[in-house]
Amino acid sequence: MVKNSFQAFWKYRYLLQNLITRDFKLKYRRSVLGVAWSVLNPLLTCLVMWAVFGSLFNARGSGIENFPAFLIIGQLMFSFFRESTTMAMESVLKNAPLLRKVYIPKYIFPLEKVCFALVNCFFSLIALVLVLLVTWTPISVTAPLAVVPMLLLFAFSLGIGLLLSAMYVFVRDIMHIWEVFCTLLVYGSAIFYDPAQMEGWVQMVIKFNPIYHYITAVRECVLWGIGLDPWRLVICAGCSLLSLGVGVMVFKANQDKFVLYM
Amino acid sequence: MEPIISVDHVSMRFNLAKEKHESLKEYFVALLHGGIRFDEFYALNDVSLDIMPGDFYGLIGLNGSGKSTLLKTIAGVYKPSSGKVTVRGTIAPLIELGAGFDMDLTARENIYLNGTVLGYTPKYIASRFDEIVDFSELKDFLDVPLKNFSSGMVARLAFAVATITKPDILIADEILSVGDFLFQQKCEKRMAELMSGGTTVILVSHSIEQIERMCNKVAWLDHGNLRRQGETLDVTREYRHFEKKDAMPAKKGG
Repeated sequence: MVKNSFQAFWKYRYLLQNLITRDFKLKYRRSVLGVAWSVLNPLLTCLVMWAVFGSLFNARGSGIENFPAFLIIGQLMFSFFRESTTMAMESVLKNAPLLRKVYIPKYIFPLEKVCFALVNCFFSLIALVLVLLVTWTPISVTAPLAVVPMLLLFAFSLGIGLLLSAMYVFVRDIMHIWEVFCTLLVYGSAIFYDPAQMEGWVQMVIKFNPIYHYITAVRECVLWGIGLDPWRLVICAGCSLLSLGVGVMVFKANQDKFVLYM
Repeated sequence: MEPIISVDHVSMRFNLAKEKHESLKEYFVALLHGGIRFDEFYALNDVSLDIMPGDFYGLIGLNGSGKSTLLKTIAGVYKPSSGKVTVRGTIAPLIELGAGFDMDLTARENIYLNGTVLGYTPKYIASRFDEIVDFSELKDFLDVPLKNFSSGMVARLAFAVATITKPDILIADEILSVGDFLFQQKCEKRMAELMSGGTTVILVSHSIEQIERMCNKVAWLDHGNLRRQGETLDVTREYRHFEKKDAMPAKKGG
């Protein structure tokens, strides 16, 4: 059974590759700076947030070392999560014309969107390197280990993406709910503050947010030179497995009905 | 000989979209207004047929008789509500041509994209690229986005991509009604070529002349029921004398 699914997937690997290439081409077609926007966009967003939280609210004074680098890691990881899940959610329905006519494994579309977001995210890491250079931060030796929490976040997002895309076929409200939920998450993921300085109950709540753990794991590798904290790794991997399990199960149970609702 | 496609007591039930609830609010409103009713409708009702290797199989019937639904069930797009479809071979579906095209991409990019949608490898597509371009007669438009193409040009490209390989089964849903007569002749010729190489073809058409010219077996669908199947001329002769009042009723549930 697993072998069969894998063979089916292997047959469509080129489709996956072509879809990612297409998205990439279309995203930057007719823009003067093209792919440079993958770097500029997070950099400028980070600059805005730095200006806002650093001067207006003076959160910088609260003792976060190297605030810009701290900020951009949170920003990059969070936008990967938001982009991938939002795009994945709409992907199945958007490809309705195709799915109504040809047999293609339906999970290809959410999977493609999450992969596309990951490729984008890797490009955007240049922005992180730039910030580290400008702020004269030594890159710690444990930095390459950040790939581990990033891949775990990929699996986590894929699970959520599969779940959302299946739900979105039946109930279109999901999109609006998810949009608002993501805005809530921005404030609950410790992107621009250190939870250690918050009140006790806030710290408790944040600990239940998986995104916070993924972001912190990346910071621990790149910024603080701690490497992979085993306990955090267990939390991250557990959340990824749970999300992927639920996502795959719900998607699989409902995929035969999709075409009747599109 | 084993049939290449067995359709075994297949029924396909749809919940009619009278009240399709696409948002939570609509759903709850409908729930309050005396519950949610589903009007069930059988697009296919207990259809069984066998298609043998090398057949040129025609499907006829009025609009809404379930021809396209049957094709999509065979192609794996729909999963039947009951019954079973067994397919022993590879299928190239020509159902509404150009389904896998992205209108913002150029013809060249679309050949690769649509080719992989149909399950070919990029290497294979590259090796047949010139052949596709020749057949579709679009050499001068390769780097033009598809949105600037006429519908005939899109159909030509799609037919060319879908028939580069030698599939075991070719499913064609009224595709021959697009394009000018020269292109139609070309398509028929290509299909005849594939046939001589052993490909089984299933053709849906409203043109009885075309069915009689090309098919050796025909099935006649009437409101989701299989009314008659057999040798082409036997079935089409009866079909020509068919009148609306003789139609079989569609099965409704609920």
